[in-house]
Amino acid sequence: MEVKEDLYYSRNHEWVKTDDDRAYIGITDEAQDQLGDIVFVELPQKGDRFNQSEEIGVVESVKAVSEVYTPVSGTVVDINEELLDSPELLNDQPYESWIISLELTDDSELDNLLSAAEYKSYCEGAQ
Amino acid sequence: MSETLLQSPLNQTHRDLGAKMGEFGGWEMPLEYKGVIEEHQTVRNRAGLFDISHMGQIKVEGEKSFNFLQYMTTNDLSKINDNQIQYTLMCNPEGGVVDDLLVYRLGQNQYQLVVNAVNTKKDYGWLKDHLVQGCRITDQSSLVGKLAFQGPLSQEVLQSLTDCNLEDIGFFRFEDKVDIAGEPVLVSRTGYTGEDGFEIYSEGSIKRIWNAILKKGKNKGVQPVGLGARNTLRFEACLSLYGHEIDENRNPLAAGLGRFVVLKKQDFIGKEALQEINDSDLSEVLVGLEMKDRGIPRRGYKIFKNDQKIGEITSGSYAPTLDKNLGLGYVQSEFREVGTVLEIEIRKRRLQAEIVNTPFYNRGN
Repeated sequence: MEVKEDLYYSRNHEWVKTDDDRAYIGITDEAQDQLGDIVFVELPQKGDRFNQSEEIGVVESVKAVSEVYTPVSGTVVDINEELLDSPELLNDQPYESWIISLELTDDSELDNLLSAAEYKSYCEGAQ
Repeated sequence: MSETLLQSPLNQTHRDLGAKMGEFGGWEMPLEYKGVIEEHQTVRNRAGLFDISHMGQIKVEGEKSFNFLQYMTTNDLSKINDNQIQYTLMCNPEGGVVDDLLVYRLGQNQYQLVVNAVNTKKDYGWLKDHLVQGCRITDQSSLVGKLAFQGPLSQEVLQSLTDCNLEDIGFFRFEDKVDIAGEPVLVSRTGYTGEDGFEIYSEGSIKRIWNAILKKGKNKGVQPVGLGARNTLRFEACLSLYGHEIDENRNPLAAGLGRFVVLKKQDFIGKEALQEINDSDLSEVLVGLEMKDRGIPRRGYKIFKNDQKIGEITSGSYAPTLDKNLGLGYVQSEFREVGTVLEIEIRKRRLQAEIVNTPFYNRGN
């Protein structure tokens, strides 16, 4: 399982990458591995506002439906429409395939998230 | 998990192959190795090897076996001879399905039933409760290892491991005591994938056969396949799965399995109820649905027409061979016609789907 440095992680297996006041959100390698072949993605709309831990969309594998929650609050600036036709990108490149980008409401929320090292041991503990 | 799961003789082999393991019918079985879609396509295009040791196997022997099974099942057992197999159902007195199963006729007084893992105990009890003098039953489920080898290249690969001419084993027929990779096995041309293929039953070393098939098939792209792809394959072929399309509250006529219910044969359990159902109009029938909107139907999702709930999905999935999102579900009979557009409620939204012909996938199409 790959964990990338310099990202923030949630216990629900999402990652957050920050770029000034922008946050990109995706699902981790562990998440895609647990799900198996991903065949469907449901995205929110630009302009939607979400609070921390709210559901922003759904990822479905052949077998399972899995909700995606945002680890930080914000307003949706962009959605990755490429995933609608190619949901398998979430399997192939989980850390390149952001799902949405948000304009952060409160960057102090990032302090509640896990570092790469913390997330790694969190996953290992759950095994 | 509170109860201990049963394990196939190949359990460690699956782990060594890197399989994701999971529970199915009280057994710990491989769900996938490389990925459901890749394994699915392997079976459609080449050949895939499944461990199906979880399937239940019950032997029925004695001079009254035929009469007993004729009374317990809905199909007409007199239609098959030695070395033939019949798909049939056991029903309760209300016509609900106790299980669907294969009956292998080993001899006039000797039969082998292959039943769903999840129902093995129940079926054994059900048979035992109705057992008559001159007939005995044995649960052999854990004594016999079982493999399915399915796909267009399965015969070619398996033939290279045996002197038995597999071409002589027709659809739903079998040969016993066939030597495969040095093991005496029973081989039948049966399966649950919609492809040509075989099922292999061995009381000896199933691991030897497993390894021999994978080794022989390696350069032809043969791979192990888990229960995840077994489900998508059977789903595309619209083969019923117990607990989904059929259960004790569903009858085989509504499930589209009427050709396996022979009402004109002598008495059998459920006959009266099924006769009555057959004489009146079915209230609900199983149909195939294709999504028109973006979404995947899943078991339990509600089906609507004109704001009225008219049914429910029993199985639904992305179909890898067809690249479509499809579902099977029961709808009120008046809405059964192919071409009817219905709505499926997915996460509180009503999305359009259309009734389509089944099976979704037909080999050779």
